[in-house]
Amino acid sequence: MDFMTSFLAAAVVAGTPLLFATLGEIITERAGNLNLGVEGMMLMGAVIGFKIGLITGNPILALLAAMFAGSMGALIFAVLTISLRANQVVSGLALTIFGTGFSAFIGKDLVGQVTPNAIKLFFKPLEIPGLANIPILGKALFSQDLFIYLGYLTAIILGIYLYKTRKGLNLIAVGENPGAADAASINITLYKYAHVLLGGALCGLGGVYLSLVYVPAWQENVTAGRGWIAVALVIFAAWNPFKALVGAYLFGGMDIIGFRLQGTSIQISQYFIDMLPYLVTIAVLVVVSMRKSKKNAPPKGLGVPYFREER
Amino acid sequence: MTYISMVNITKTFGKVTANKDINLSVDKGEIHALLGENGAGKSTLMNMLSGIYFPDSGSIFINQTEVKFNSPKDSIQAGIGMIHQHFKLVEVLSAQENIILGQQMGFFLNKKAIRNKILEIAQKFQLDIDLGKKVYEMSVGEKQNLEILKVLYRGAKILILDEPTAVLTPQETAKLFKIMRRMKEEGCAVIFISHKMNEVMEISDKITVLHKGQTVATLEKNMTNPQELTELMVGHPVDLSIKRLDRQRDTITLKVRDLKVENNEGIEVLKGLNFDLYAGEILSIAGIAGSGQKELCEAIAGLYPIKSGQILFKEENLVGKNPKEIIAKGVSMSFIPEDRLGMGLVAAMGIVDNVLLKQYQKEKGFFVDRKPAVLKAKEIIKKLDVQTPGIYHPIRDLSGGNIQKVLLGRELDTNPELLITAYPVRGLDINTCHKIYDLLNEEKQKGVAILYIAEDLDSLIALSDRILVLSNGEITGVVDARKATKEQIGLMMLGEKIKETEGAYAV
Repeated sequence: MDFMTSFLAAAVVAGTPLLFATLGEIITERAGNLNLGVEGMMLMGAVIGFKIGLITGNPILALLAAMFAGSMGALIFAVLTISLRANQVVSGLALTIFGTGFSAFIGKDLVGQVTPNAIKLFFKPLEIPGLANIPILGKALFSQDLFIYLGYLTAIILGIYLYKTRKGLNLIAVGENPGAADAASINITLYKYAHVLLGGALCGLGGVYLSLVYVPAWQENVTAGRGWIAVALVIFAAWNPFKALVGAYLFGGMDIIGFRLQGTSIQISQYFIDMLPYLVTIAVLVVVSMRKSKKNAPPKGLGVPYFREER
Repeated sequence: MTYISMVNITKTFGKVTANKDINLSVDKGEIHALLGENGAGKSTLMNMLSGIYFPDSGSIFINQTEVKFNSPKDSIQAGIGMIHQHFKLVEVLSAQENIILGQQMGFFLNKKAIRNKILEIAQKFQLDIDLGKKVYEMSVGEKQNLEILKVLYRGAKILILDEPTAVLTPQETAKLFKIMRRMKEEGCAVIFISHKMNEVMEISDKITVLHKGQTVATLEKNMTNPQELTELMVGHPVDLSIKRLDRQRDTITLKVRDLKVENNEGIEVLKGLNFDLYAGEILSIAGIAGSGQKELCEAIAGLYPIKSGQILFKEENLVGKNPKEIIAKGVSMSFIPEDRLGMGLVAAMGIVDNVLLKQYQKEKGFFVDRKPAVLKAKEIIKKLDVQTPGIYHPIRDLSGGNIQKVLLGRELDTNPELLITAYPVRGLDINTCHKIYDLLNEEKQKGVAILYIAEDLDSLIALSDRILVLSNGEITGVVDARKATKEQIGLMMLGEKIKETEGAYAV
């Protein structure tokens, strides 16, 4: 593999946790709920998934456990913001702090443990015949592990769900104008709960990819702020699952550029490179906020609790 | 044959009884008007019929069978469709997507089959619609057509229209009435809520009058007249005519010269306006919603950036001055937006604090002195008959009419020389409207120059001295209100330029 291909392949790997978290947050925000607890839910998924993986050695169980943990985090947020109509920003921040503490607490005994071989083996790169032969991109995109293919699949399924199905149309309506959706006999509470929980499950998957496959060992605070980048990526992707693919891998590339440059003659401070994803996040937010178009606008009902009898 | 009947319906919100033992029955093929003051309980009653509220007691019958609605879904299934005053549409979706929202048919969208079904219904009821158009690109009339089509698509046989004409031009209203008559022919029952007496008399077969949450009477249209209806509605005899105060023309207070304004997308929304406003004159501005009325108000008040031109207030140019300086010179603006609360008042604060918003800058010292504001608040309540639990009670909880009175009361209190008032009677009942007209006349008598922007052409013609018509950011003409007709103004609102009628400048 030449330099370019191996760089792209590594970018896809690094972008995968971002992709899952971004997709999770997109689906949550599409239901009109701004959940800033992404980082917390990722950590909850990361630690529970890792622990179950360690105990059982079964990759499927580990993934399911991570999804469950993420959605339980989201459930706290959902009860607070949907049923009790609490402030979404504060609830989300509380969830992040809770999730960080939770993962440190559960993960105390796990520090230094490595992913079992059975799981490592399960997530070893597999080439997809035919597609892997595309020049440059083929090897980067289609010679990866199963988890990454799951990422492509999830993004595509969510995109189709959102833009091509009735349920997706209803979801857009719930996020844009819950009053109108309610009058059209859509069950607002059900839609919000279902999608906030689904969002949490996806964030959990993003987390467990880090601990189980990417590192692959347990270390405290394994997400290292990726949850926050995912929140910004949602805006970058304009709430579109397909664009989330591009965004996540772009930022994945930013994440690993430091390692790659170390082997070359280019001398840039490691600290500067570590800042890069966050700098670009800020720049992206500036650019996105400046182009004001209806198509890229956030869902109108985002952050506003819905109460039918309120005037 | 009775189609819907509501029997002894009662609904309370906390201590407030919104509906008390209300009875209403509507037949098939009947247009039934529901008439009443603000807060008479019309919308509450209809919200129970559409499943949004649940009655405390009483029963609803459809086709002689009792029904219980726990959600809007139940009501839709019973064939009831409500067109809300504030449209329930998703802006970023297309017309077609809005129509099929919430429907349970298959997992994927079969766009073509749905499209044909929608077009068939549209044709049957003669509704013009472009199904691919996004809602945010639509005019108010188009949105309303879409709402109607939406409920018809869901198989509604009973249609409830909550103040549908409040934001329409006369032409659009005529079109709506045609559609309503068409529905009547198809055997639908139509319930029509309105404040506008002439419209009620034109379209309805039967009229039910509500007063303070109770049914006063149900009358055949042919057996009654506007005077009787108004008295039933208000509860006491009233004078329905709007007085125009005749007053000698004074000096010029406001001169607008070649005023051009661009919105933030760089599109010119005021394309070179020229007009004069005299002291002691009411100059009305008529126009379809979004023709530049809001921008004009805000430009004069210093809230909107001006591209070029002059705004001369008593020969002094206001362009470039900030709102605070403009207020200090004696210019006052009250703008009632569509949601009534968006501008000028803070919903979570009481009347006192809202009065204080315009006053505190004049005060000296670090601490706020509420005493003068308390006095003012009490004065406004007394003078304008504002219904409120107290001067510190958040104004959010007041009815729309009362909120508007507070806003207008506060503006008048500053003793302005130029009063800009936009949509002051928006959504108000006839009695409150007249109170506001009287207030404006009082100010006119004092020699205040009034720029009055409103939707209802009848009152506009009756109240003002001259009418300036805006269409798409341009003045299509200035007419003498004494000689103007609704049809003429309606045409000008649609962009037809008319030579200034004789006397427009020489009242």
